[in-house]
Amino acid sequence: MRCLMMVLCCVLALAGCSKSEASKSGSVELLNVSYDPTRELYEEVNAAFAKRWKEQSGQGVTIKQSHGGSGKQARSVIDGLQADVVTLALAYDVDALVPSGRLKEGWQARLKDNSAPYTSTIVFLVRKGNPKGIKDWDDLVKEGVAVITPNPKTSGGARWNYLAAWGYELKRAGGDEARAKDFVGRLFKNVPVLDTGARGSTTTFVERGLGDVLIAWENEALLAVKQSGKDKFEVIVPSISILAEPPVAVIDKVVDKRGTRAAAEAYLNFLYTEEGQRIAVKHFYRPRHPAVLAAAESEGLFQKVALFSIDEVFGGWQKAQKAHFSDGGVFDQIYQAGK
Amino acid sequence: MGITVTYLSLLVLVPLSMIFLRTATLSPSEIWAVVTSARAIASLKISFAASLIAAGINAVFGVLVAWVLVRYSFPGKSIVDALVDLPFALPTAVGGIALTAIYAQQGWVGQFLYPLGIQSAFSRLGVVIALTFVGLPFVVRTVQPVMEELEVDQEEAAASLGAGRFQIFRRILLPALWPSILTGFAMSFARAFGEYGSVVFISGNMPFKTEITPLVIMTKLEQYDYAGATALALVMLLCSFVLLFVINRLQSWSGARGSSRSPVEAPRAAPAGPGASGVAS
Repeated sequence: MRCLMMVLCCVLALAGCSKSEASKSGSVELLNVSYDPTRELYEEVNAAFAKRWKEQSGQGVTIKQSHGGSGKQARSVIDGLQADVVTLALAYDVDALVPSGRLKEGWQARLKDNSAPYTSTIVFLVRKGNPKGIKDWDDLVKEGVAVITPNPKTSGGARWNYLAAWGYELKRAGGDEARAKDFVGRLFKNVPVLDTGARGSTTTFVERGLGDVLIAWENEALLAVKQSGKDKFEVIVPSISILAEPPVAVIDKVVDKRGTRAAAEAYLNFLYTEEGQRIAVKHFYRPRHPAVLAAAESEGLFQKVALFSIDEVFGGWQKAQKAHFSDGGVFDQIYQAGK
Repeated sequence: MGITVTYLSLLVLVPLSMIFLRTATLSPSEIWAVVTSARAIASLKISFAASLIAAGINAVFGVLVAWVLVRYSFPGKSIVDALVDLPFALPTAVGGIALTAIYAQQGWVGQFLYPLGIQSAFSRLGVVIALTFVGLPFVVRTVQPVMEELEVDQEEAAASLGAGRFQIFRRILLPALWPSILTGFAMSFARAFGEYGSVVFISGNMPFKTEITPLVIMTKLEQYDYAGATALALVMLLCSFVLLFVINRLQSWSGARGSSRSPVEAPRAAPAGPGASGVAS
């Protein structure tokens, strides 16, 4: 019994330690909870921001990063991970933090551009020479084309893929939802493997050699081409696609408790500066800054594409999620019908 | 005693009771709707069948492996012995990625199977392969110590009385090994039923075809549907508990029946929490 008491005391003491971490003005530590493909981006951003923040405020700052699936990261924050800022793949996952009181409602209006300092879009990665002649979304529903995309129910990133396809057909059909549903249904008939995450799908397509086309975020597709060489893959930009806005937010509850609000807000604002935007471009995210965007486009990095936003076509994430990805939603109906 | 109870409570009972508490936010009819939805039922069938097949394969080949390890000596035996435990030690995701690489169409093994019309990855067969992989050590490690204790003189006596090799196996060896094989089978099954990490890479995760129940649970968590996820976890928990309980009974029954010469007590099967271990990986 005495052993037990000692163990309990130790546990309590440890729990106490992690709470009483006071922030001193000399240096500050931030935790950025992000999603998978941003690891390299934020390594570079963190180094650059630490330098600027030291110049501006004289305070040293170290930023720790945590990466994982967007939804999983959001759940960690809900369950108590002490994130000062989150930088996730979709606003729906940040919205999920609001009911637990970590974040105030209306967070998305606090920063410019829907709180998304950089954007991306959904493009196709095809094998060299584009043997199946894939140019646009309607080529993906043709018979004999194998499409690789993750499961939108488990992968936040893949929800953009699905919604982009839906938006394409909806525009083409003049707003006829039944036709859009049929189109997306035929597209998913061509999907032989539903990986749980975007990186899994990339592995399936690149390493396993499965499929004719991978639907991917533009930054991931450009990175895959850069890493595996131009002689293996090509990026195809469709005629129209969705504006993917990965949002960033300061977690009120954590920064107020830890006294890190100033640094955390400066950190996110840094992403909007010219320097921050240039780093985003280096990692193939489309910048918001007009001058930086123009420079990147003149280098031929990003192709022009007509973009629609989720608010325009779907009325925001909450509505899109409920209609398409909740249990019994359109995505489930597609598989229910095809079983 | 007090320490045992506290330890078990902290590690097993308290987390498991959370499953019941979380589920309690749903009404019984809501739980029923979650659990009997077409997709959940399909996934439960796949999980259950694939785990049974995998445990069955392991029961047969695990005994074979144990037999070779106990009765024969050959160079590199200790290395083979250590290899058996690898599926324990390896992160299951690594196992899944490795298996997929080998069994996919362009993989070492897959390139020979696919022309024969055997789709070894991204199919139900792939699920069974992954589950067999993670369950292998359980049968070997439960049967092996019992085998080591077996005396050879009974087999020699039987042989001198004119028994054939199969007769010796059936009449002498099997009754003594049976309880430990059952234990290994049960543990292998329980492990397979809750497995998530390795399966999602090789199965293809197609709803109604190769979607396992732990993946449906993850899907629900991804929608922040904690209650729905735990309702399914509850079903998995009850399924494996009932199965383990039955096998435990069966085991003590067969142990009592064949124990005129008291076979070595096999390690008891511990009910593993499938949801908990699977989701964590």
